[in-house]
Amino acid sequence: MSAVVGVPTARGPKPTRLGPARIGLYAFAIVSAAFFLMPLYVMIVTSFKTMPEISNGAIFALPRHPTIAPWIQAWSKACIGMDCRGISPGFWNSVQITIPSTILSVLLGALNGYALSFWRVRGSEALFAILLIGAFLPFQVFLYPLLRISNVLGLYGTLPCVILVHIIFGLPVMTLMFRNYYAGLPMELFKAARVDGAGFWRILIEILLPMSGPIGIVAVILQVTGIWNDFLFGLIFAGNDHQPMTVALNTLVSSTFGDKPYNIFMAATLLSGAVPLITYFVSGRWFVRGIAAGAVKG
Amino acid sequence: MSATQPVSDVLAGPGGTTPVSRPRRGRRIAWMPHVALTPSWIIAIVAYLGTMAATVELSFTRSKLLPVFEFVGWHQYVRLFRSDVWLISVGNLLLFGVLYVVGCLVIGSVLAILLDRRMRGEGLLRTIFLYPYALSFIVTGIVWRWILDPTLGIGRSFAAMGLPGLAINWLGSEQLAIYAVVVSGIWQSAGLVMALMLAGLRGVDGEIWKAARVDGIPVWRTYVSIIIPQTWPMVITSIVLLAMSVVKSYDLIVALTNGGPGVSTDVPAKFIIDYLFVRTNVALAMAASTVMLVVVVVVLMPWIYFQYMRKPGGGR
Repeated sequence: MSAVVGVPTARGPKPTRLGPARIGLYAFAIVSAAFFLMPLYVMIVTSFKTMPEISNGAIFALPRHPTIAPWIQAWSKACIGMDCRGISPGFWNSVQITIPSTILSVLLGALNGYALSFWRVRGSEALFAILLIGAFLPFQVFLYPLLRISNVLGLYGTLPCVILVHIIFGLPVMTLMFRNYYAGLPMELFKAARVDGAGFWRILIEILLPMSGPIGIVAVILQVTGIWNDFLFGLIFAGNDHQPMTVALNTLVSSTFGDKPYNIFMAATLLSGAVPLITYFVSGRWFVRGIAAGAVKG
Repeated sequence: MSATQPVSDVLAGPGGTTPVSRPRRGRRIAWMPHVALTPSWIIAIVAYLGTMAATVELSFTRSKLLPVFEFVGWHQYVRLFRSDVWLISVGNLLLFGVLYVVGCLVIGSVLAILLDRRMRGEGLLRTIFLYPYALSFIVTGIVWRWILDPTLGIGRSFAAMGLPGLAINWLGSEQLAIYAVVVSGIWQSAGLVMALMLAGLRGVDGEIWKAARVDGIPVWRTYVSIIIPQTWPMVITSIVLLAMSVVKSYDLIVALTNGGPGVSTDVPAKFIIDYLFVRTNVALAMAASTVMLVVVVVVLMPWIYFQYMRKPGGGR
């Protein structure tokens, strides 16, 4: 601990000489990085090994006879229950769920944020308070009655049902993000547009949405990763035909008895993690901003 | 605002910076904003308030497989708190919650301070520390289940290295499995605290550092006594975020241990789902949900009030 913080120089120019404390600092950084990278490393090397190599070799060893067979198995051949199509159907379900859910919840968030920050709407404080409740309470409080409602409406087990659930529970954080972003824009902009005779929708579409790029990107990143990674809603509302990739992955791993083909499991796990990981690596700082802005999402 | 602002600004409540608009003087009232908010009102009333009320109501009935409105008073609550499984779940949640939150805070803060020391390769390290947070808890659970596999996992490597003492069957032990959940949870979420705390540390006025150096205060002392206390909004935000994922913890448990061995890693969220869909006792599950609801409301209310409902001029 003291090696971490007990560095003689505070901020300012980078120290030119490597003192013992500085070396300790880097040593600690490398050990930490190794801990965080270890599972990713294990996933990657395992996914390229053959089963005999896994049963006889060490978990950290590099594959001696690298093979992509586990990846092919995981993608299109592994059996999930009775269904031997791999996790590719789950992937496409996740795509079909994530894209409309993201677009619709971001647009609804923008609309709400705009209506709540530029217009005086009766009851907006009450709406805001209820949305906060939705943001903070555990989903178990809403789930079962919502399931009954979806049943009565004949929506249960359909794609629109899962999408609707994602929109419902994405609404609070999307509304908050856009509302606070719009609240920081100059009011004069809005007033000038009003004087020019622009109506509610024209101001939104022609003035505000074009200015919403930064917050829009953050919102999309937050929703794409959040919805792609969802397990509970997919498990409960998607029925058997539209299960997202996370559910398929978990079923694949937990429904296999006997010798567990860990190489296939790890290939499937990497495939499931690929979309959020790529989103993260590509978006970089935007992702961190999303964490800060999405701090209410939970 | 821009997304680079502190979280407290991003989350500023209606009393905060929101301009109150009066675009209409005289004339007719603007009805289009009301129309625009209608879908949200429907969601708020039906999907949030309505379902919440139904959950509470069902908890007082004798519903089994399907909802029946035959009321039995507090019966389900009595049953719930006489249920060993529920009490064990709650105990597990508390143990997991405390270790996970404290572990993430400590490790995340140490990593943030590390990066704050102007490390070479800071960007790369930040990416490495945070990437697990982008993953699903299902992915995390499955990876750690493989790493901790009793026969083929990390234990065998420890044994091969001549460290049989470290070759422990974590997931097979009723006493130890919960710690496996804690470690994998910290692995996933410590980066979140790191990211938030680093933003907090970078927001501290550089003059403070100069003054501390002039006064000869050691760096660690400056962090502990001066810098960290200034980042408390980030600490609070981290705690709230982590605590919310503790209450919701379901995915990680399902993927890593599925509650086992026995019920040694069961948690309330899993208890509820099990009683809804496997053990078909809807009313008991709803009673458990209502207990979660009440606890979360009681614990979170002061924070929500402070964060969102403060009157203007409350300062930060």
